[in-house]
Amino acid sequence: MADTTHNGSDGHDAEGGTRRDFLYLAAGAVGAVGLGFVAWPFIDSMNPAADTLALSSIDVDTGPIEEGQGITVMWQGKPVFLRRRTAMEIEEARSVDLDELRDPQPDEARVIEDDMLVVVGVCTHLGCIPLGQRQTEPRGDYGGYFCPCHGSHYDTSGRIRRGPAPTNLPVPPYEYTDETRIRIG
Amino acid sequence: MAHSSQPSSFRNPAVRWIDRRLPLFTMMNKEYGEFPTPRNFNYLWSFGGIAMLMLVLMILTGVFLAMNYTAHTEHAFGSVERIMRDVNGGWLLRYLHMNGASFFFIAVYIHMFRGLYYGSYKAPRELLWQLGVVIFLLMMATAFMGYVLPWGQMSYWGAQVITGLFSAIPWIGDSIQTWLLGGPTVDNPTLNRFYALHFLLPFVIFGVVILHVAALHITGSNNPTGIEPKGPEDTVPFHPYYTTKDFFAVVVFMLFFALFVFFAPNFMGHPDNYIPANPLQTPAHIVPEWYFLPFYAMLRAIDFDFLFITAKFGGFIVMFASIILLFFLPWLDTSKVRSTRYRPVYRWFFLLLLADVIVLGYMGSQPAEGINVVIAQLATAYYFFHFLILLPLLGKFERPLPLPRSIAESVLARNGGGRAPSAEAAAKPESKA
Repeated sequence: MADTTHNGSDGHDAEGGTRRDFLYLAAGAVGAVGLGFVAWPFIDSMNPAADTLALSSIDVDTGPIEEGQGITVMWQGKPVFLRRRTAMEIEEARSVDLDELRDPQPDEARVIEDDMLVVVGVCTHLGCIPLGQRQTEPRGDYGGYFCPCHGSHYDTSGRIRRGPAPTNLPVPPYEYTDETRIRIG
Repeated sequence: MAHSSQPSSFRNPAVRWIDRRLPLFTMMNKEYGEFPTPRNFNYLWSFGGIAMLMLVLMILTGVFLAMNYTAHTEHAFGSVERIMRDVNGGWLLRYLHMNGASFFFIAVYIHMFRGLYYGSYKAPRELLWQLGVVIFLLMMATAFMGYVLPWGQMSYWGAQVITGLFSAIPWIGDSIQTWLLGGPTVDNPTLNRFYALHFLLPFVIFGVVILHVAALHITGSNNPTGIEPKGPEDTVPFHPYYTTKDFFAVVVFMLFFALFVFFAPNFMGHPDNYIPANPLQTPAHIVPEWYFLPFYAMLRAIDFDFLFITAKFGGFIVMFASIILLFFLPWLDTSKVRSTRYRPVYRWFFLLLLADVIVLGYMGSQPAEGINVVIAQLATAYYFFHFLILLPLLGKFERPLPLPRSIAESVLARNGGGRAPSAEAAAKPESKA
């Protein structure tokens, strides 16, 4: 039969608990922690590796982009839309009342040079690539981008105006390295 | 078919529900809980369980490595370096796998020598032993193919040498070699199929291990006296006695394993394997990993033709024969006494065999020149003499020491006892007479 030894000096016994119960619990807890330490490298090995994460920077020369023209480049496996906006598009973007926006952001906060829009071309709903970079493509009701998958409409600043997408097209980290060249990432 | 209505002896209702439909819990309790196990095991008996643990570790690390490895000659080496440098914890997975292979063999070799010393291969455990030899062969195949995968210099040239052996088989050898390689030489088809097979075989090993343990549970374990348990006074339940003992053994084993993984991860490997494979440049000395060295020594020892058998083919035969003869060991050894503890004459020869295997191992690592060849030949000769001549004859002529009457008697005699074993109620807290 199991011994019921109440070891008064360590005072860890629960009501009616035994030293054996305490030992089982303690050993189990230490074992669980140990198992966690063992499992972690295996699980973490599935996280993105250093080379995947390595912030690959790309340089783009925006000089050749004409007014009203957009180009698409690949960055970290995703498309990035660069667009030289017309004066009208900039005006439209600036004159929007922020209260109307699902994800309020002033246009000034989304561009460095007023006429160069740089946004990640992945719809924030479920990930399709919105249309609008090419002149033949529909641009939606707000003159920006239109996602054909579920009907999200983005404006000339890449902000969500209508449709299921929750947030604006993200602006990637970028900077001008000279007059016309930008470095993304 | 009737309800198998063993009333489930568990209290937890969820456990009972499962157990009535698939008696996993009853089975685990029977096979690893109450299972009567000889009370006199020493730590040599822990290595079977350790080997099982190493198999699981190898499979786990292997699967996670496989998520990042590319089995193509252009990318294999680079993918391994990427694992080492870029994948989170990749260096650990790789070193665990690489050193795990060595420690798996350490555990299995100790396990095998335990079997040899205590006569665990004798009736009624012949099939158990043979299943073990099958596991050993599968392990060797798996390890060989695994070593090729990083596509280093040793990977490539080791593959070239060993697959080259097959061409030694008369008449059909060349065809077999081409078939194995998937081409005229070791190249991408070879690498690809070795990867597929290396992934597959460990699961086959796992299956044979299950058979091995099942066979063990039919006969029960052997023990250091070589005498079968005669009653409950000779055994203890597996849990808690051997669960705890094995747990301790595992911890110590893991300590040594960790020493190598973290402080000397490349000690047992060959530096040349960090050079990408070059089919146009043979390394100065091609050596396999340490666990193959004794067999490699035997292979190279046959450097002379015999009748119509070429040296190359002779080496091939001798190398395989050295393992195949293990299948016949239960019948080669004619001694009626199981354990070498009671075979004073054989003990010397056993130690000689152990020394012989170590000498062979060392010879396998040295260039096959001069005196090394002679030593390797003598050592090979002794190996075959030991199994094919000594064992059959010695059993008939040796006078063994008197055997104890029972396991309990031998245990108590050691501890200066003399008390009747049946009185020891305190020693068996869970005895169910």
